[in-house]
Amino acid sequence: MEDNKPQLFKVTIDNIEVEVEPGTTILQAARKIGGDVAPPAMCYYQPLKGSGGKCRACLVRVAAGSAKDPRPMPKLVASCITPVQDGMVVENTTSQQVLDTRKGIVEFLLINHPLDCPVCDQAGECDLQNFAFKHGMATTRYEEDRRTFDKQDIGPYIQLHMTRCILCYRCVYTADQITQKRVHGVLGRGDAAEISTYIEKAVDNEFSGNVIDVCPVGALTDKTYRFKNRVWFTKPVDAHRDCPTCSGNVTLWYRGDDVIRVTARKNEWNEVTEFICNTCRFEKKKTSDWVIEGPTKISRSSVISVNKYRRDTIKPDFQRKLAASSYTDVDDERDTSQLGIQQLPPERFAQLPHANDPEP
Amino acid sequence: MQLTNRSKQVSNKEMTLAEKMYLPAIAQGLAITIKHFFQKKPTIQYPEVKRYLGPIFRGHHVLKRDEEGRERCTACGLCSLACPAEAISMVAAERKKGEENLYREEKYAAVYEINMLRCIFCGLCEEACPKQAVYLRHDRFVPVFTERDQVIYGKDRLVEQLDDRYVRTGSEVRATPTEPTLSRSAT
Repeated sequence: MEDNKPQLFKVTIDNIEVEVEPGTTILQAARKIGGDVAPPAMCYYQPLKGSGGKCRACLVRVAAGSAKDPRPMPKLVASCITPVQDGMVVENTTSQQVLDTRKGIVEFLLINHPLDCPVCDQAGECDLQNFAFKHGMATTRYEEDRRTFDKQDIGPYIQLHMTRCILCYRCVYTADQITQKRVHGVLGRGDAAEISTYIEKAVDNEFSGNVIDVCPVGALTDKTYRFKNRVWFTKPVDAHRDCPTCSGNVTLWYRGDDVIRVTARKNEWNEVTEFICNTCRFEKKKTSDWVIEGPTKISRSSVISVNKYRRDTIKPDFQRKLAASSYTDVDDERDTSQLGIQQLPPERFAQLPHANDPEP
Repeated sequence: MQLTNRSKQVSNKEMTLAEKMYLPAIAQGLAITIKHFFQKKPTIQYPEVKRYLGPIFRGHHVLKRDEEGRERCTACGLCSLACPAEAISMVAAERKKGEENLYREEKYAAVYEINMLRCIFCGLCEEACPKQAVYLRHDRFVPVFTERDQVIYGKDRLVEQLDDRYVRTGSEVRATPTEPTLSRSAT
């Protein structure tokens, strides 16, 4: 009798062992462990078929290919498209080579990315901003001119800032998923590569607004939200409505009592699992349209949680780790000879709780 | 009962004849008084005369303009994010065609308000500003106010006047280590 049950693969990522099904990628296995072990991803988007392998942000070192062939892989591999093998040993944050490479990747991604975060509406929830903050340098070495494009209006709701695009192809795959009529994705090559054509074809689709959520940078932005407010001054609230075309589960972003933006809900990896329709996203901007479920859980380390006070917020452990790493024993050699001298009248001194303790 | 070991013995001995006359002591006291007549007066006659506050004093906020007179502020919100007193608020707007000589970036602050009752003059807004737009003047106080409606300073009182440009003296004084000089136009 043959065993029909799929055999689970044992993978070790950053010295943590995890069992996953065959066919899983390294990135998904690392996400199963969670936390810092999961490599960053700029182009990979789990709900989009075929995404991944473009940005190189998720490069990891495979120290042992499999149990049968334990040789290390010669180069760093993109973890989002490399399937695991039994007995694979992967190094992500434990390998200095990976961290150095990631620093280089940030530099490359930022070569043509303009430094207009103060103007950009994505700032505060931008994947590239987080990625560069975590792994990049504070300054740039690039001196040449960056490529520039004019900003384009794609339909009445979406604006394309091609200068900010990092060519992750996520929007292309989104368009693939929502329409059959997509003609072209990215036109041109190298510096001149530009997303176009297809997007005008997809824009009349009911779900075209999702390219805004999917975009890891501020290349595709919501025109109805343009310059309305900074992300971290708005308050996210989970809500739903009975929508005939989509699931209706959204996040409302409040400024005071006004809904100034509606987005789909994102999971802990900043990925949208349920696409929402354009009616929900752009047209229902009144509280009365929605059934409020409660405040969205925001990671305490996110800038969005600033100035929002909740009792159950979990504080980031960065400060605690920093304090623990810099802790030293205090060398206390002060003169204690005067500490024992009694300053109160004896009858009151005797009432003190520590009165009978031995002298220091 | 001994309270501390710092107690001093006080003597109560008889005064001598010279001490009993008091005249030498009076003369000594007068001499001190007369000496001060001829010394330089340490008092500064505020508000007629104002003292130099030093190169790192943090006073009146100013929203800088660049060399061409365009407002530098792009309403990114980092100053109000950094503000520990939550004193700053702003409303952004998009620059229209023909306003390129007024605002440097495509977004600008249509409303920029600082609540001076809340402000603690910590200078974190200056440190946070990525566009070198907000500065705390080292040479000017926020004037005393007596009415509550004078407290919120809008752009009319914050934006730098072209005939009253603010230049920070002392090039070694910088809000942040990476800050370029005040005159450099940021990209």
